[in-house]
Amino acid sequence: MSAIYILWLRELKRYIRSRVQIISSLGQPVLYLLALGFGLGPVFQRAGNGSYVQFIAPGVVGMSILFMCVFSGISILWDRQFGFLKETLVAPVSRMQIMLGRTLGSATVATFQGLLVFIVCLIAGFRPHSWAALPQAFLFMAMVAITFAALGTAFGSVIKDMQGFPIVMNFMVLPMFFLSGAIFPLANLPTALTVITHLDPLTYGIDGLRGSLIGAWHFSFGLDLAIMSVIALAFLSLGAYRFSKIQL
Amino acid sequence: MIRADNLVKTFGDFTAVKGISFDVKQGEIFAFLGPNGAGKTTTIKMLTTLLKPTSGTIELDGLNPTLKQKEARRRFGIVFQDPSLDNEQTAYENMELHGILYHVPRKVRAERIETLLKLFELWDRKDDYVKQFSGGMKRRLEIARGFLHTPKILFLDEPTLGLDPQSRNQLWTHVKRLNETEKTTVFLTTHYMDEADRVAHRIAIIDHGKLIAQGTSAELKVSTNSDSLEGAFLALTGESIRDESASSADGMRQMAKMWRR
Repeated sequence: MSAIYILWLRELKRYIRSRVQIISSLGQPVLYLLALGFGLGPVFQRAGNGSYVQFIAPGVVGMSILFMCVFSGISILWDRQFGFLKETLVAPVSRMQIMLGRTLGSATVATFQGLLVFIVCLIAGFRPHSWAALPQAFLFMAMVAITFAALGTAFGSVIKDMQGFPIVMNFMVLPMFFLSGAIFPLANLPTALTVITHLDPLTYGIDGLRGSLIGAWHFSFGLDLAIMSVIALAFLSLGAYRFSKIQL
Repeated sequence: MIRADNLVKTFGDFTAVKGISFDVKQGEIFAFLGPNGAGKTTTIKMLTTLLKPTSGTIELDGLNPTLKQKEARRRFGIVFQDPSLDNEQTAYENMELHGILYHVPRKVRAERIETLLKLFELWDRKDDYVKQFSGGMKRRLEIARGFLHTPKILFLDEPTLGLDPQSRNQLWTHVKRLNETEKTTVFLTTHYMDEADRVAHRIAIIDHGKLIAQGTSAELKVSTNSDSLEGAFLALTGESIRDESASSADGMRQMAKMWRR
């Protein structure tokens, strides 16, 4: 247990100490919120869908969590390069504990980043339909964070150098974000896109988050929660398996 | 304390270690020498549970590290060829983290961290980030960390690589002192023959994956008719230069230098 704790704490310390990174990783969500939220707002409104800022804010929060998770997962690469990974891998603790400590650490950090972005959204004019639903939104943020932190760990365990990183970003992470319904409603899509969006794990996290925050569900609370739990378990297993296979 | 019996490691169709056997006694300082790519690091990786031997057996303090991984890991400390510190944490935090991973009880941990950091002259800098440390300070911190959980065996894989003579000297003085006071068995590799000559009780020379000589420094000199260990080493391993292929980690390290991260 103490091994999990100390590695979790390490991720937190790293996050808090890199203030530049915190601010710079706020840049992208803010850009999405401003450029898309306000830029496409009039079109969205004319189409009869209401405020686009209201719509996209939960998607942007989800996105910032997803990206943060993947970046933390990739930090395994830096640890491999600077050698710290070895220090943990020869210690008399199981790989499972090391993986859990790291993954829960990134998840915590990503959730915190999501909260920061949420505050930015509030400043930009976003209003949740009910403040009482915030704990429920937080639950979905945490679930998205754990799920994708585990996936990040799996990525970080598989790719061996930084050249692999753009592949992960362009073929896994960005599609997952763009095809999740974070920036467009899931109703009335072409069949192919409907199928793809339903296969995207992030879809259910974003829907849960959006449902909790603005009361507009595509699926339902129960379904989102159930599917997210299953995916979280699957990705945690995948992450643990890949991490256990790391060879130095 | 460390016994290897007919140890073999193959990677695909390449055999890095070809059936080596040796025996290191408790409290001994044992130097494991060889040209680049001779199989030194592969052997250390097998001894420290990072690689599974293809065949042959290892015994550490009477334990088989392949079967009893965790118990074996508690018994040894290791200082790797390349750094393995967390640059974004302070010296003290690095020690603390190590102590927790190795289940050192809180009270003992605090005392031992203080003693070791003082011994290695890092106590004044304990709250500084490791990234601000010089190469020599980082090495000292790593060795101090290796001793933290009072290991019975300490593995040092080229610990003095890239250090100035002052740091090297001081480092070996500390290692020798701890070897005497705590009876730690030390297994080291180095390319500096003078260090091995001065520090090690016994020396083994490996080349092309095979042990080609074993004995005290004096014995090796006599058997090769050389007046220095370096002469003996060259007589045994030849003058040709070995090339190692670069690993992906080396590539990354170069990238990182470019990015200055």
